[in-house]
Amino acid sequence: MMSKPITVLVSIDSNSLLLGARHFKNYLNTLVENYNLSSMVEILETGSFGDYGRGVLFLVLPDDVMYSAKSEADIEKIVLEHFLKGRIVKDLVIAEFDSGGSVEASESSNEERIVLRNAGSIDPRNLEEYIALDGYQGLAKALRMTPEGVIEELKKSSLRGRGGAGFPTGLKWEFTQKVRSDEKFVICNADEGEPGTFKDRLIMEGDPHSVIEGMVIAGYAVGASKGYIYIRGEYFESVASLRGAISKAYEYGLLGQSVLGTEFSFDLSVRLGAGAYVCGEETALIESIEGKSGRPRLKPPYPPVSGLYDKPTVVNNVETFACVPPIIDKGAGWFRSMGTQSSPGTKVFSLCGDLVKRGIVEVPMGTSVRDLVHKFGGGIPNGRTLKMVQTGGAAGTFIKPEEMDAELDFDSFKKSGASLGSGVILAIDETHCAVDIAKNLMEFFAHESCGKCSPCREGTRVIVHILNEFSKGRGTVEMFNQLYDISDTMEESSFCGLGQSVPIPLRSILDRFENEFLSHVNSPVCPVGVCKFDKPEKKKR
Amino acid sequence: MSLVNCPDCQRLYKELDEYIDSVKGNTGVLINVLHKAQEIFGYLSEELQQHVSEKLDIPLSQVYGVVTFYNFFSMKPKGKNQIKVCLGTACYVKGADKILERLRDELNVEMNEPTSDGLFSIHAVRCLGACSMAPVVLIGEDDYYGRVSPDEVSKILDKYRRAE
Repeated sequence: MMSKPITVLVSIDSNSLLLGARHFKNYLNTLVENYNLSSMVEILETGSFGDYGRGVLFLVLPDDVMYSAKSEADIEKIVLEHFLKGRIVKDLVIAEFDSGGSVEASESSNEERIVLRNAGSIDPRNLEEYIALDGYQGLAKALRMTPEGVIEELKKSSLRGRGGAGFPTGLKWEFTQKVRSDEKFVICNADEGEPGTFKDRLIMEGDPHSVIEGMVIAGYAVGASKGYIYIRGEYFESVASLRGAISKAYEYGLLGQSVLGTEFSFDLSVRLGAGAYVCGEETALIESIEGKSGRPRLKPPYPPVSGLYDKPTVVNNVETFACVPPIIDKGAGWFRSMGTQSSPGTKVFSLCGDLVKRGIVEVPMGTSVRDLVHKFGGGIPNGRTLKMVQTGGAAGTFIKPEEMDAELDFDSFKKSGASLGSGVILAIDETHCAVDIAKNLMEFFAHESCGKCSPCREGTRVIVHILNEFSKGRGTVEMFNQLYDISDTMEESSFCGLGQSVPIPLRSILDRFENEFLSHVNSPVCPVGVCKFDKPEKKKR
Repeated sequence: MSLVNCPDCQRLYKELDEYIDSVKGNTGVLINVLHKAQEIFGYLSEELQQHVSEKLDIPLSQVYGVVTFYNFFSMKPKGKNQIKVCLGTACYVKGADKILERLRDELNVEMNEPTSDGLFSIHAVRCLGACSMAPVVLIGEDDYYGRVSPDEVSKILDKYRRAE
């Protein structure tokens, strides 16, 4: 693979592109040519190294030096010093480590990578590199097993859906497998729209074949011959990455007629979403693939019985599919050796908000919020104090700093009130007002409510109205209590998961910041100074 | 925009029809066709929806229902450069509302309406999936701007003004 003495891996993904990664790579190319180093230096694009915020990352092999470049001058320095003179540019280095060690492992010792095993170490557009690192081994092994055997292995692994709900994947596949039908489908839910979540994007752009392989295995296990990846239309990079990977997989006989020379056939295509949060709900997603407005269906029947075009359908999240190949390849026992008893394996977290290091990490299930915020996220910048953390995504809970020992897995919501959800850690510092945060979040739900059922459609509207009154200094204690009433109604009577889960973040922030909400009633100004109260005679009503 | 006073329209409709013919017969293609139509025409006018409805043999009511359901589809012309400001929680926490405010001041325009010169329009979008770079602004399809501060706004706009 390494034909030239020096190989440079440039991390290219949606986040690093924002920092000018492509431009820097081209500039590096130009410099290498200008200095006649083309025969010495190979420049390759790879997926994300999972760490942002410090500039565009370049990994120089075989020296295993990771550089962070913020300007063209930095690039020039690397070429002049490192490539020409063999001297490492110390002030641009962010990690130096032994061969074979992964970047993250050296930085933060207990990161474990299953899903992101290849992201940042292979060229995602090169199928051979994926294959060289045991890619499609899981599929090859699965095809030698019976479909029941594959499902049995998954059940033993206790893999649970990574989209947020945590339903046992093996069980879902078994339901689908047992239904008799002339046609079945496999759908990958890549409609990542949970505010604060960007993990699926990283997987699709950094290692698209891991998702495809997982889907083909699913097709074999449940007896489906057609799959769809439903992806957000705004994710241009991911769409291109997946489309490229799919056509490569066809070329190599990993998709299409008689996969790997067996009797099993599987077709896969990409379907674009068009910006509707509710389409993350699996039946709404199915409606959308059918070309209709994405409004959820009544359940039961569930998709394993009657899904796409009323045929049995498996719907799983991107991250879940990416977990499948290594489980089949290495066995359920290996998977169960990581994470917690009820939630084995790892979880990819999106770290965002007021954190020093914002980005993606993959850690064993059961990692505490504290570790994610401080150890992996680097704590709170600008010498400020942490006020709250929202875990799990838009529909996740807000917790206070003193609750950060909560260990996140699928059962943590029951145990400690902190939800795992889709793996978001959103840190919010003291400069933010709880009312304002709640208002922004609820505006999101009001906007994304599909309008099918009244508890959600009207409930979110009234909630936003009330929070608006609070932010104008016109709130009352009755209104505060009313928010709880609406929450109860929405939880009990909303049609789908969207409306049912709105009360989760709302109640959690009301419970924990009751005083702050009430001080918007009693005092003349917002205690944090964020909300702008209406000036004259406040609280007339 | 009707067929009569749009010199390009015939060519654009032809491009759309070629796409429709290539996918026609497959199930559930409406959304993909609308994606393509919006890509070609910029927005989905009533005439255009009528056209799609006839070509795909899907009731106009259903086409209209889908167009109005999804955030991505627009029935109004947009600015040449669509400025999408992410208002997802992570961006909001990092001050996206202030970016939006500055943009509206600079361009003196309402949300979702094109500026008088037709050069820009501002749209609030949900999470763009680049949360580590919050606050994020996306102009057109590919020009992402991360960690934007309100003071950078006019500099960014100038780039597009100069390109004219």
